[in-house]
Amino acid sequence: MKALMTTWLAALLLMFGTLAHAQSDLTIEITRGSDRATPIAVVPFATDGESLPEDVAQIISDDLERSGFFAPLSRDAMYDRPSSGDEVRYGQWRALDVRYLVVGNVSRGADGYRIRYELMDISGQRRMIGESVSAGSNELRGGAHYISDQIFEAITGIRGAFSTRIAYVTAQGADQDMQFALYVADADGHNSQQVLSSREPILSPAWSPDGRKLAYVSFETERPAIYVQDVGTGQRARLASFDGINGAPAWSPDGRRLAMTLSKDGQPEIYVMDVGSRNLERITNNSSIDTEPSWAPDGRSLIFTSDRSGGPQIYRYSFGGGQVERLTFTGNYNARGRLSPDGEALFLIHRSSNGFQVARQDLESGRLVVLSDSRWDESPSVAPNGTMVIFATQQGNSGVLGAVSADGRASYRLPSARGDVREPAWSPFLN
Amino acid sequence: MQLKSHARTLAIALSLALIAGCSSTGGSRDGSMDGTRTDGGVGTGVAGSGQVGGTGVSGDRAGQQADGRIPEVRTIYFDFDRDTIRPEFESVLVAHARYLRSNGNARVVLQGHTDERGTREYNMALGERRANSVKRFLEVQGVSPSQLEVVSYGEERLAVRGNGEDAHAQNRRVVFAY
Repeated sequence: MKALMTTWLAALLLMFGTLAHAQSDLTIEITRGSDRATPIAVVPFATDGESLPEDVAQIISDDLERSGFFAPLSRDAMYDRPSSGDEVRYGQWRALDVRYLVVGNVSRGADGYRIRYELMDISGQRRMIGESVSAGSNELRGGAHYISDQIFEAITGIRGAFSTRIAYVTAQGADQDMQFALYVADADGHNSQQVLSSREPILSPAWSPDGRKLAYVSFETERPAIYVQDVGTGQRARLASFDGINGAPAWSPDGRRLAMTLSKDGQPEIYVMDVGSRNLERITNNSSIDTEPSWAPDGRSLIFTSDRSGGPQIYRYSFGGGQVERLTFTGNYNARGRLSPDGEALFLIHRSSNGFQVARQDLESGRLVVLSDSRWDESPSVAPNGTMVIFATQQGNSGVLGAVSADGRASYRLPSARGDVREPAWSPFLN
Repeated sequence: MQLKSHARTLAIALSLALIAGCSSTGGSRDGSMDGTRTDGGVGTGVAGSGQVGGTGVSGDRAGQQADGRIPEVRTIYFDFDRDTIRPEFESVLVAHARYLRSNGNARVVLQGHTDERGTREYNMALGERRANSVKRFLEVQGVSPSQLEVVSYGEERLAVRGNGEDAHAQNRRVVFAY
């Protein structure tokens, strides 16, 4: 009897869990398509006649479109719907100005599904790649994202980041009556899963380099503290709860250290904590604000925001020598920098005449370009392949997530049905 | 009475002068503007207007609280780009200082807030700067540091939502949480 009850309880919880997913998932609205996008067609995948829970070809098409690299052909324009490379009539697709074609089918396997796909080069009249992918019964979306990754890399030469995840924070209410929650979801906003909820603020989530843990700031004790939580098991530890600010955690590329902002010694300063021993090393030491640290991909330097020159600007601290160099000089507000995976570009929040916007500065030339067309941007986070930046912005009176391509040509938004969404953090590659 | 008010004026002037001296980096900058520094002028200009003992409406009421009760006005507001105490709120701070002095067991958390312009962690630092400016004022007024704690909320707990100047002004605040 007790076992039965437990089973029921588990079933109920599972049901509520599923409901919670549906309500908190983010949707995608493409706001700007790139004028340099490559025309591609993703033909609806053939099935065994069975109706599937997910439209695999649509997921692939959406992934490719969102990247800004591709302009998928509308299904209405497809006269022909081949499901294998042998059936492709190249002339017909050439007439539609399509450069690449994706075809495939989905069949039921023993433990889920088998997805077979082929990527065809229309002008070369050849198959570029093809594969058979097995996906568990709840993993059709994951299978589709995997295929998107393969197609993206085969054509652009850049590793795809569609199988990655995002973390973000939701907030509802104002002043003393607020509800905060930390979520992780697929990069396209689906499969959201609550990691933490609290009536006190949650901010600054940061993925560990292995993609298994999140560091974040939570005020759940009515004081800010930095926690590290295993996303899979939910297990967590409080790493920093000193007097004053405990903020802006940032993982070193080897995952062994966390840079953070602490004001325990007076002003907010940057420290580096060894995660194993919890020993602290103080990095900055002056009377101004130093915060928002982020590591260079090679781990040899940190960038951070400081108002030591009067207003916030971004600086670089080099380990070894310990010298500090100012990186930003355009305008009087540049903050919350994040370096591209190749270390050559800096993404940041720049105050322009239009407000606070996501911008990119090329480190060699020092040239700064505004990427977003919104006014209240915050918290840029770079995709692990460096092609997109996700950030928080506002739409009407709601906080939403936006994303813009690294060249600024394409953008999309991820509105939420309820409440404000903010503080996005793009995961590293997970496979 | 005359003497008492004179003493208070002196205390306020001293508080503000000290605060101006401590504040090494100019004002808070929600969203940051040009960041012109005005440290020099702040102490004297504000102290002069503080001498009547409650020029501000809210301050007057706060000033009349009996020492045994926590002063009613528990939120003070800040100008854009500043962490300096506005003259109309000096008497509020004086009332809290008096309460804390005569109730040595009382403790208060000074919650610093900014408006929502600019980045979150940077605003966390700005909110702390504001709360610290209140803390220094109270300490100069003789409040024991052990009674005071600063917690910055940055822009995480907006009092009012919206992007108008009214909303911003109501969000730039320090709250006395006893």
